[in-house]
Amino acid sequence: MSDQSPAATAAAPTREPPSVIDVFVTFLIIGATSFGGGVVAYLRSALVSKKQWLSDVEFLELMSISNTLPGLNATNMSILAGDRMRGAVGSVAAMLGMCLPGFVFMTVSGILYGHHGDRTLVTAMLKGVAAAAVGLIGATWYQIGKKTVSGFYDAFFILAAVLGINYFKLGVPVTLLAVGAVAIYAYRPHTPRADHAKEEFHQWISSLR
Amino acid sequence: MDQLPALAKVFSYLSLLTIGGGMAAFPELKTLVVAVHHWLTDAQLIHIYSVGQMAPGPNMMMVAAVGVGVAGIPGAFVATLAFFVPTGLLTFGVGRLWNRLANWPWRTSIQKGLAPVAIGLAVAGTLTLAHGAITNWITIAIGVVIFAATLRTKINPALLILGGAVVGGIALR
Repeated sequence: MSDQSPAATAAAPTREPPSVIDVFVTFLIIGATSFGGGVVAYLRSALVSKKQWLSDVEFLELMSISNTLPGLNATNMSILAGDRMRGAVGSVAAMLGMCLPGFVFMTVSGILYGHHGDRTLVTAMLKGVAAAAVGLIGATWYQIGKKTVSGFYDAFFILAAVLGINYFKLGVPVTLLAVGAVAIYAYRPHTPRADHAKEEFHQWISSLR
Repeated sequence: MDQLPALAKVFSYLSLLTIGGGMAAFPELKTLVVAVHHWLTDAQLIHIYSVGQMAPGPNMMMVAAVGVGVAGIPGAFVATLAFFVPTGLLTFGVGRLWNRLANWPWRTSIQKGLAPVAIGLAVAGTLTLAHGAITNWITIAIGVVIFAATLRTKINPALLILGGAVVGGIALR
C-alpha cells in the first residue's frame, strides 16, 4: 500500500498547511486524470502517499464520513480533505479542482451530442459505449460488494433494495427509507451484530497503523 | 431558460439520493428526466449517462450534459451546482461535527446498515441501465468482455469504454 514507514503515516504529521493554490492544483490534477469511479484510489495515492497531507487513519476516517452521507465519494472527500487543510476556502478550492475537468468534458460532450447525436455512426458507437458502461459499472460494484458484504443480513438487504426498485417499482426514495431504516435497526447499538461490526472496524483501523 | 428552476429542483433532489454513489439515483433520474419532464428520450439518457463514464473525476458530471441540452451553458451550470452544492454543504457541516459524533453509538449502525443498501441501490440502478443498453447479443458480448476486463486487467476504464465505442461503431450500425 503506502511506501512510507508505518510510524510516519500513522502519527498525524506536523506539517505546514498547503496553500490554497496548492490544494486547488492537486485536486485539479486528480479531477483530470481519474477515471471510471476509481477516484478514491487516486485521492489516497496523492493525499496520503505523495503529499502526506493526511495520514492513512485520517483518510479512512474521512472515507467513513463520505460513505455515510449522500453525495459522491469523490466530491465528499474533496470537501472534507480541503476543510482539514485550509478550512472552508480549502473545501471550495478542492471541490472546484475536482469537478472542473469533468464539467468541461461533459458540457462539450452535451453540445456535440445535441448537434451530432442522431447520426447513424454516432448512435451505433454510443450503443457500444452504453453496453461497455454496464460491464464497467457492474464490475466496480461486484468488487465493492465482495469486500463489504458479509452474511445473510447484508445479502437480504441488497436483494430487498433491488426488488423494491426493479420489481415492485417503489422508487428510490421509498426503497431507501424503508430498507435503510430496517438495515440500520438490524445493526442498532448494543446488539451482538453491532458489537461485532464495531470490533471489525477497529481491527481494520489498527491494522493500518 | 424557463427550465432553469426545474433543472435546479430535479438535480438537487436527485443528489440527496446518491447514497454510496451516483448509480443509486439512476432509476429516479430516468423517471424525472424522461417520463416527467421529457428533457430526453430513454435512449438519449442512456447515451449521455454512458459517455459520462468516460469523463474524468466524479462519475456524475453527466448532469452538466443534461443541463446543456435543456437550457444551454446556463443549464449546465445550474444542473451541476444543484447536484453538488446541497450535499456538499451537508458533508461540510457533518465533517465539522464529526468529533462530537465519533462516540455516538448509532454512527456505526448507520454505517454498517447503509453499506448493503447502497450496494442494492447500485445494483438496481445498473439493472435499469442494462435494461435499456443490453438489447442484442453484440451488446451482451461487449458488456461481458468489459466486465471481465475490468476485474482481471488494469486497463484504464476510459479506454475500455472507448473500445466499446469502436466495436459498437463497427457492429451495431
